[in-house]
Amino acid sequence: MPQFFHSVTLNEELCHGCTTCIKRCPTEAIRVRNGKAVITSERCIDCGECIRVCPHHAKSAKSDKLSIISRFTYKIVLPAPSLYGQFNNLDDIDYVLAGLLKLGFDEVYEVSAAAELVSDATRNLMERGKLQTPVISSACPAVVRLIRLKFPDLCGYVLPLLSPMEIAARTAKRQAANRLGLPVEEIGAFFISPCPAKVTDIRAPIGIQDSWVDGVFSMNEIYPKLLETMTKKEEPSLLSHSGLIGVSWGSSGGEASALIQKKYLAADGIENVMGILEALEDGRLRELEFIELNACPGGCVGGVLTVENPFVARARIQQLRKYLPVSLNHLETGASSIPNQMCWQEPLESADVLRLSDDLGEAMEMMEQIDLLYESLPKLDCGSCGAPSCRALAEDVICGKAGKYDCIFVLREELKKQGVSIG
Amino acid sequence: MNALKKHYIVPGDDFTRAGEASGKVKGTLKQLGYNSDVIRRVAIAMYEGEINMVIHAGGGEADVSIYPDRVEIILSDHGPGIPNVELAMQEGYSTAPDDVRSLGFGAGMGLPNIKKYTDEMRIDTKIGVGTQMYMTIRVHP
Repeated sequence: MPQFFHSVTLNEELCHGCTTCIKRCPTEAIRVRNGKAVITSERCIDCGECIRVCPHHAKSAKSDKLSIISRFTYKIVLPAPSLYGQFNNLDDIDYVLAGLLKLGFDEVYEVSAAAELVSDATRNLMERGKLQTPVISSACPAVVRLIRLKFPDLCGYVLPLLSPMEIAARTAKRQAANRLGLPVEEIGAFFISPCPAKVTDIRAPIGIQDSWVDGVFSMNEIYPKLLETMTKKEEPSLLSHSGLIGVSWGSSGGEASALIQKKYLAADGIENVMGILEALEDGRLRELEFIELNACPGGCVGGVLTVENPFVARARIQQLRKYLPVSLNHLETGASSIPNQMCWQEPLESADVLRLSDDLGEAMEMMEQIDLLYESLPKLDCGSCGAPSCRALAEDVICGKAGKYDCIFVLREELKKQGVSIG
Repeated sequence: MNALKKHYIVPGDDFTRAGEASGKVKGTLKQLGYNSDVIRRVAIAMYEGEINMVIHAGGGEADVSIYPDRVEIILSDHGPGIPNVELAMQEGYSTAPDDVRSLGFGAGMGLPNIKKYTDEMRIDTKIGVGTQMYMTIRVHP
């Protein structure tokens, strides 16, 4: 498994080296080198913020082409609930699901159905006191990666359950294999994703060895094709099999509110998410039982691969929910354990990439040099050197990844000192 | 080995900036590679101390010395001083003014919480002059 697979990629031709992305990256993973943005692989969490802010559209998400489904005998599509918020005048989710089938899939299994199982399992684990509180949701892959990178102490609070996408793939493939007598390898499961982090999550999953999802299609690439196949001419057959709890997972607060009677908090947007994680680290918010965090504004409806404005999409999902039963998917009643296929097989471990050196003495010396160099920098955080802040440049210099004359102000002083006059 | 020293000004009467200094120390300790137990205890103890200075003393200063085996924090202020340290150390005791308490600060968890998360803690306080709080958080093997 490639440890540092990333979905977020750069089109060098389009990149102007403008430094917009370096300032917005929550993990300071991007530098501008030789006029082009460069992503530090081990720091990138695939949140997609750089895709969101790039004025030149130089950043994009690698996803799969629809044609790959032909490699499988039986093809199952797994739509994310955020998809339902992308359409005008939609009053029945079945129109979307019927449209998906016409794109060449044999079966549709809603991720919202699996989300209801995760909600059920979370309630079950919490009621049996099996989890350290406050429990932090693990549904947003960018948040899970952010925690292991920047908040190692909080790893033990993360809900050790697979994501609804992964559970949907496993459940749908097993059921189809049993029903059709086909080997699981001949059944393909394909996710329609609102974000690049989900693409990463199947190539380099966390908590499990291998993902059962065989491909990820970008929501905005599927959208125009889907508009063509979605029609209101005929009543669609009954395809939907999830209730309002599952569909609500598409926007912020959906997962948390499904826990019913738990003291919860739901935060969205990467800055807000980091604020909450900082607070947790400082020992605050301990009165809460559950914390839902989504890297994108508004939750998954705010993903960078969606089409519609997140607030519009959220309002539409709320409308759709009105006619849905509460929940249609449950664990066996009174289950005293969670099915193994829903649980992480490996604990979440921190990724020590922020560490200056493995040797504490050396790290302390480096920190001292960084502090000293930082004092000599202009503290404008202008980004002209290619680092997001003066502090980041100082760290880069001491780590041997940049030179102090990358700072145009330091360079100007030096030129003055040497008696060089410009212009 | 020499300590890595950090100095921070904690501005008074600005709750929105309370926690900035402890946040920075947390970041530094992560970069240095301290284990998460030390980072957690420093974060909680220093955050509580910082909030205390903002609420009761109109801000102050924080001096942090980072050693390979421990982190020492000195919080100094020129506030009113603590009249009865023993009482202030009791859980639930708070003299925070009502307007501050309604903001959610000053629930009386401050000093006992600091004691709980530090290995050593000492308070020097003089009425009308100010308070100095010394805390040590050791790296436990």
